[in-house]
Amino acid sequence: MAILVIAEHDNASLKLDTAKVVACAQAIGGDVDVLVAGHECSAVVEATTKLSGVRSVLVADAAVYANAFADNTSELIVGIASDYEHILAAATSHGKDMLPRVSALLDVAQLSEVVEVVSPDTFVRPIYAGSALATVQSLDDKKVMTVRSSAFDAVANDGAAVTVSIEKISDSLSQFVSQSLTESERPELGAASVVVSGGRGLGSSDNFAILEQLADKLGGALGASRAAVDAGFVPNDLQVGQTGKIVAPDLYIAVGISGAIQHLAGMKDSKVIVAINKDPEAPIFQIADYGLEADLFEAVPQLLELV
Amino acid sequence: MKVLVPVKRVVDANVKVRVNADNTGVDTANLKMAINPFCEIAVEEAVRLKEAGVASEVVVVTVGPKVAQEQLRTAMALGADRGVHIETDEELVPLSIAKLLNAVQSKEEAQLIILGKQSIDGDNNQTGQMLAALGKMPQATFASEVKVEEGQLAITREIDGGLQSITLPLPAVVTADLRLNEPRYAKLPNIMKAKRKPLETFSIDDLGVNLKSHQKVLKVTPPAERKGGVMLASVAELVEKLKNEAKVI
Repeated sequence: MAILVIAEHDNASLKLDTAKVVACAQAIGGDVDVLVAGHECSAVVEATTKLSGVRSVLVADAAVYANAFADNTSELIVGIASDYEHILAAATSHGKDMLPRVSALLDVAQLSEVVEVVSPDTFVRPIYAGSALATVQSLDDKKVMTVRSSAFDAVANDGAAVTVSIEKISDSLSQFVSQSLTESERPELGAASVVVSGGRGLGSSDNFAILEQLADKLGGALGASRAAVDAGFVPNDLQVGQTGKIVAPDLYIAVGISGAIQHLAGMKDSKVIVAINKDPEAPIFQIADYGLEADLFEAVPQLLELV
Repeated sequence: MKVLVPVKRVVDANVKVRVNADNTGVDTANLKMAINPFCEIAVEEAVRLKEAGVASEVVVVTVGPKVAQEQLRTAMALGADRGVHIETDEELVPLSIAKLLNAVQSKEEAQLIILGKQSIDGDNNQTGQMLAALGKMPQATFASEVKVEEGQLAITREIDGGLQSITLPLPAVVTADLRLNEPRYAKLPNIMKAKRKPLETFSIDDLGVNLKSHQKVLKVTPPAERKGGVMLASVAELVEKLKNEAKVI
């Protein structure tokens, strides 16, 4: 049986998450098709055909899919689901929005945030903010799951899949009004090899500028704790943690972050963790590879000079 | 307009849970329990809609054991008008919960259903979306702003990369994100008053819903412990370690 992966994209470019979900699909084993539902998304389709090991790219290119609304996208997926035993999407805001609808319409349970494939019907997923890992066997005839992309290495771009057009389209009940996306030249949080994150200790939005400089110097992304987002220092999409972004970069630098379990849930799989905090009792030091008890306003400028 | 708010009883967010000795689950005996934080935000939003004259009645519903009525009382102390308890001792997957909630919704016919985007125990983030699908309703997940204007919903959603504003017709399902509001503390007179608010109890059979077995949890294990590292004396030492030992810069 075959596996269907739902592509993650913004109509202009394919997100790296998709290449990671395809890697998860290959760990399950079987033919892998990828669905690109969007509008005027030919560049996305082209990038998807190059993903290593993909058999075919199914394309639903229509204005009604421009905003990737959950209701009509899930109907589209259910319409082609009979050909597939597994349906996978990245555990992004889009995947989390849409895939449970697919599950409910197919009358099967969903597995969320899968981090490991044990066998084609058994998977590992974190529960309680990553305080425990559950190994779950699906008893349903179809396995529908969101995949935590930070747990898988992206497949290469040496494929040559064929494209197949899907003509059947359906309307959404929702209407798009507007969107305000954070404009940034930095890499995306989920795709960056270095992440520099700030917490309440930064004290203000302006003070985040020194972390931005550090992130830029290291070619990394900027992140934040919930406390920093709640305080309005940075926009919501920078939040790393249980209910924000889950990241696992080569280097994670936590600055002025105490390390609540909800934050650790979003970054503890990073390869190297650095913590800079003036409180020696901060829980972040318990999981940091390198800890520095220091005033961040002295340490970060020094760091900027030395790296 | 009637608002239905499904809530869940979970281990308090400030409690650190441990995997039990036989690796079958998480030890929850004697732990402090609470209403799931996202559910509390959903209740608060519904109560604010009532206070603003938009909602006429706020009904809270939960699926769980007898003690879960504590969380219904908590929600009523925050301002919900009445409670519905679907009593079961079984651990149900979100799809089964959604089916039960859908059965309640077909009796209640609420115009708006607000629930938390995820529970902090299962971290599934599924129930609202599944309920919307079963009830053939539109949905707005991860809401940070909810407005009812001219008979439709105007929602701001927290999405990857920023914020999205959409409108959708009623009835609809909204799931609450962290920054939708800051829930109030229940005042003592309201806690007392909540004890006398109506609370109906149903069994799964009463609702006429047939549930299936979908998943088997084979084992639950603690995650690999991250070894604590070293404390360094200076920024210079940190840079040296990152360059020569970890080789990440």
